[in-house]
Formats: sequence, C-alpha cells, structure tokens
Amino acid sequence: MSSFVLRGAVFADDSVADVLVADGRIVEIGNNLQGDEVIDCTGLRLLPGFVDLHTHLREPGFEASETVLTGSQSAALGGYTAVHAMANTNPVADNAAVVEMVRNLGARAGYVEVFPIGAVTKGLEGAQMAELGLMNQSQAQVKVFSDDGKCVSDALVMKRALEYVKSFDGVIAQHAQEPKLTDGSQMNDSELSAVLGLKGWPAVAEESIIARDVLLAEHTGARLHICHLSTAGSVEVIRWAKSRGINVTAEVTPHHLMLTEQLVSEYNPLYKVNPPLRKQSDVLALREALIDGTIDIIATDHAPHAAELKDCEFSAAAFGMVGLETAAAVAQNVLIESGRSNWQRFAEVMSHNPARIGRDENQGEAIAVGAVANLTLIDAEAVRTIAAQTASKSSNNPYQGLQLKGKVVHTIYRGQFTVRNSELQKVVSA
Amino acid sequence: MKHLLSTSELSREDAIHLLDLSDQMAEVNTREVKKLPTLRGKTVVNLFYEDSTRTKTSFELAAKRLSADLINFSAKGSSVSKGESLKDTALTLAAGGADAFVIRHSASGAAHTLANSGWINVAVVNAGDGTHEHPTQGLLDAMTMRRRIHGLGATAQRDLSGVSVLIVGDILHSRVARSNIHLLKLLGAKVTLVGPSTLMPHTELFEVDVNLDFDDALAANPDVVMMLRIQTERMSGNFFPSEREYVRNWGLTAERFARLKPKTLIMHPGPMIRGLEICSEAADSPQSTIVEQVANGISVRMAVLYSLISGERSLDV
Repeated sequence: MSSFVLRGAVFADDSVADVLVADGRIVEIGNNLQGDEVIDCTGLRLLPGFVDLHTHLREPGFEASETVLTGSQSAALGGYTAVHAMANTNPVADNAAVVEMVRNLGARAGYVEVFPIGAVTKGLEGAQMAELGLMNQSQAQVKVFSDDGKCVSDALVMKRALEYVKSFDGVIAQHAQEPKLTDGSQMNDSELSAVLGLKGWPAVAEESIIARDVLLAEHTGARLHICHLSTAGSVEVIRWAKSRGINVTAEVTPHHLMLTEQLVSEYNPLYKVNPPLRKQSDVLALREALIDGTIDIIATDHAPHAAELKDCEFSAAAFGMVGLETAAAVAQNVLIESGRSNWQRFAEVMSHNPARIGRDENQGEAIAVGAVANLTLIDAEAVRTIAAQTASKSSNNPYQGLQLKGKVVHTIYRGQFTVRNSELQKVVSA
Repeated sequence: MKHLLSTSELSREDAIHLLDLSDQMAEVNTREVKKLPTLRGKTVVNLFYEDSTRTKTSFELAAKRLSADLINFSAKGSSVSKGESLKDTALTLAAGGADAFVIRHSASGAAHTLANSGWINVAVVNAGDGTHEHPTQGLLDAMTMRRRIHGLGATAQRDLSGVSVLIVGDILHSRVARSNIHLLKLLGAKVTLVGPSTLMPHTELFEVDVNLDFDDALAANPDVVMMLRIQTERMSGNFFPSEREYVRNWGLTAERFARLKPKTLIMHPGPMIRGLEICSEAADSPQSTIVEQVANGISVRMAVLYSLISGERSLDV
C-alpha cells in the first residue's frame, strides 16, 4: 500500500507537524516527512476521526429514509470514522442475526466503522430482555444497548439489564422519557406550548427517569449512559451523580446545543424532535455542561425521515432531524467560537469519549505512531451555507440555509480517504 | 387579511371591521330573503376532519347566504379513511378550483400548515384546530357581547373596553378559550380564567388573570361569565375526581347563578351539558346568550368569508 504525508497540519494542542500514514497506520510524526504523496494541510486542524454514539441508519426496514451506505457517506462527510447504529430498525436489532447483518452492511459500505447497538428489550417493547449476551458474543461484539426511541421505563427491567450487561462491560444507553408524562406530547411543555395548543413534554419526564437510573446504576455498579440530555435539570442530576462517583456518562445532541422551542411557533415539523427543543436557558446549561465535563460527548441522534413524514400537520409528523454533516460545526461553535474551551476538549467530546464509552477498538485514539489512521482534518475558518440535500437520503435538516463556521476537508478511515477536499471518495470496502 | 388562522394574528382594526361587518350580515339574516349575491361563482370547501354539527352547518349557511358554491368534505367515508394525507386531500379538493378552505382538524396547527406549507394557494379559515384556536367562535362571542352590552344599532366601531369576562372550565384543552383570550384582550376586555389547576395551562404568554376559586371570581361581579364544556373523559385522565366535585367547585349552579348581578351575561359555546358545567336556570335565563351565539355565528362566518374571498366586489346589503 502506498504512503502519504499530511503536511503541516495543526494538532489539537496547537502544535504543527507532518504525519506519515502507511498501510493504514500512522508510522511517523515529525517535520519534513516524505511519502508517495504529500498533501498540503497547512492551516487545517488535525483531529482523531469522529465517533458518533447515536446514529439512526434506518436499515433494515426504513430504507426510504436512509441506508447503511448513505448514512455512512453522510457520516464520512461530517468527519466521522465510526458510528453506532441504533436498534430501532425493522426488524429490531434485538438478536445476533440483525446486529451481524448491520455490521456487515457497514463493512461493505466501507465509509465508516458501523457498530450496531443492540436493543435492551425484545421488539423495544420494554418487557422481555433481548438476547444481550448473544449479541455481545456475536461477530458484531455489541457492547452498547439501547431501546432508543423508547424509554426502558420499567424499573425492574432496567435494573436487570444493568446487572446483566455489567458482566461483559456493556453499557445501557437510556432514552429518558417517562411514557405516561409524555403521552401524546408534541413539544416542550411551556408557555409557548400553551399558546400553540400543542401537548407539552415536561422536563420532569426526562429528569425523573435520569434520577431513577443513576440510582440504579449506583445500586448495581453497572455502566449507564444517558442519551440526548435536553434540560438544565438533567444536567443537575448528572452533575450530582458524577459527584457521588456513579458510573454514568451523558450525551447532548448538536440541535439541543443550538436550537430552541421558538422554532416550533409556526408548526413546522422540521423542528419536531424527541426530546423536544427546549428553552434558551436549557441550551445555555447544556453548553456549559459540555464545556465543564458534566456532559461527556456530542452525539448526533441523526434521524433521517422521508419527505412525506415531515410534509404534514405537526402532530402527524415524525420526530427527528439529521445531523451528521453539521455536528462538528456546532461543536466548534460551542467550544471554540465561544472562546470557552479548546480543540483538545473538542477531540474528547467528538472522538475520544464516545469511543471509550462504546469500548470501540482503534477508534478515538490519540494521534500517535502506531495508531490506526482514523483522522479528520477541518478548516476551522471556512464558512459554509448549509444545504438541505446532502449525502443523507433525507433532507430534514434544521440548519438548512444557515451559515456555519467550520468545514470538514478530509476524512481518513483506516488510512484511506473517504472524503477528500470535502468530496466523497470511492472507497475500497472490506 | 389572507387567512383567518388565529385571533392572535388580528389587528384591532381587523377585528372591529369584522365585527361591524358581522352586524351588517346579521341585518341580512333578519330579512325574509336571507341571501346576497356577493360570492356568486366562488367555491368554499368545508374540510371537516372532526365531527361537528353547529360549526359545519354554520359555515354552510354562511357560504350559501352569500351565494357561494359549497363542497362538504368530511373525513369519514372519504379517502382519508384509506390513509390519504392532508396534503393530498387538499391538493385534490383545490384542483376543483376552490377559493376558500374551512378546516376543522384534531391537530393543533393544521390550519397553519394548510395555509403556509405551499401546497395550495387558497384562503384558509380555521374552524377549530386541536386545542389551539377556534377564531370564528371568538369573533361570534365578541359580537354577542358587543350587541348585548352596547345595544343593537350602537355597536359600530365599538370595542369591549372595561368589560370583565370570566372564562370557566377546561381552559387547557379549549380552543374556544384561546381564541377568546386573544380577541377579548385586543378589544380591551379584562379576562379572568377560572377552573381546576389541572385544567389550567401555562398562562404567562396570555397575560390574563387566573383565579382557581370560582366563588371568589364571581364576587368581583363580572360582566360576562363564559362557561366551557367539560368533557367527561377528562375524569378518566384524572384531571378531577368526580362530576360531583367538579360541579361543587366550578359548575354554574342555581345558587351561584342567583348571586350574579342581573345584567351579567351567561355564555356557552355549546354543546352544553346541563347539570354539569351549567344549570338550566342559567342556560334558560334572559341573561343567557346561548341561542344568540349560534345565530351570530352565521353572521360572523359570512363576514369572514366575504372579507377573505370577495376581492373587489362590493357589499350591497
């Protein structure tokens, strides 16, 4: 295999060096390195390839919205080298056969590493535990389990699942939504939902489940991950749990870091999402928590939906928005443009931490000699206008038309360019 | 004004104009020949996704009295029961050359979506969307108040400054309440909401008074008491424990009715449940405007359709 040199890129710690990649690995870091090809990366920020812990690839079952291939391509364009595919497909990823199939589809697509997430309960029904051990022992080696889209609301089921996955260092990623408090809910419960006549989704429906589950995690000693925090109160509960030494991690989506419930005022289903967009005070608390480490990662909750599921009355519309290709720009906005944090924290929340939570081998590693070359280079100064239509099959993009600073220029997955000069490349898949 | 989606979008001038026009239409409705040629050649589509007797009939009469052609569409027995989307139903009905859509839908915001999604270029009248708004109900209630309080023939250009209104009952789920709150405040009235705390929405943006104690609110001698319908299924949702407890605290009982000053108006948007939210003594009293509200509804809907789709045609009443 040929070698190449990334010339003059800026590392997360602001140092500048060349990186020589050969046979899929980083073989040397230094100055004036030579290889078969030299790529000028002057001014580009070199980061470990991003890892998304929360992606909906929709295959099998909902291929009109996304496939493993199109979702992988969208991820590569967003600077990702790995995604974790949520289990709410049809059939549900609640057994070894489905997770192995998704894993294989990911390998065949070849744009990112696809780690299937296994369902916690059969059919996501919250009652009977899915075959967690068999999924873990399968070729997919599942370590993250989630009923995302639905909450594991039964306390006993949640306790048992935590106890069970602890034996093989698995983690339960909880979609925290108390079902009875959110029956029929359409948007954040607030003064605005009262005026719009849309059924409210109270913050307590999220916070009460998180409070219960951090106590269950403490009781069982198992690893708990909380998906998509959306409220200031959730941040407080996580902060308290971490101060007690509870083994919990938390994620926030790009949209909950940027957008507020005001966008729902015109009943545009583009802004209908689960959990709902909240208030500016919640956005500020989430940004602060990402900066101070209370929240561990940014996860996209990339949720593509076919056009007809968003071109309808609000209550009939599907929940969710796409996000793979804009997440890095949002992270830059929160951490860098704010002047509040730095690129090392950026690398933690976009790469190191999600890979650590998912126990992903060869992902989210430090950029060092010997490591697998999963790398992303971004132009932090470039300003781009977000197009609705991207590599994703779906265009439910809440940022469309907005200008965001920061652009992914190159994505390198296992030493191979999946994206070069911001263009998708043909890849040789495994 | 291109659509009527919400009373919160009306300016004071729009509202007064519509109410004055409604009074002119009411005069037409007292004639032996209750018909104007104004909307001849125009087509109104009644698009009803929810059961409705009075609102649908009222819009139907309004369109016919203005000589418009009318299509009645109800979700039952239509392509909707076969899974057709709102978009496709709207496109299909608009293809016949509609000038106005009157929509009643269980989804809050459905009228907004129909008007603003770019599917069709037709005037949209919201005839009730979920728990959001029912603007023609708000207008007919304001019309009724103006006529009773100022007297027939003395309403032109008048607002409702200084009028105190209690709206009592299930505010949380009431589109009637929301349309009334916005419009009555626009017209200068003082609005107080009364009901159990479980049926009271967040009210910060409405900027109204809230009093959970009906007797306390009545002690302030309101000019208008508007009772809302209580749906008995709210009990199964644990919004209140029993009919008995509801009536005791928030029903307009004979005992409460007897305490009102003689000129206090008793209003109800219908359909009412006698013995629950309102007693027969109140419903059948001279202060009750319940039947007038229905009649005024036709006039208001004539005024709204005329304003939206008559174009340059003059109103020769």
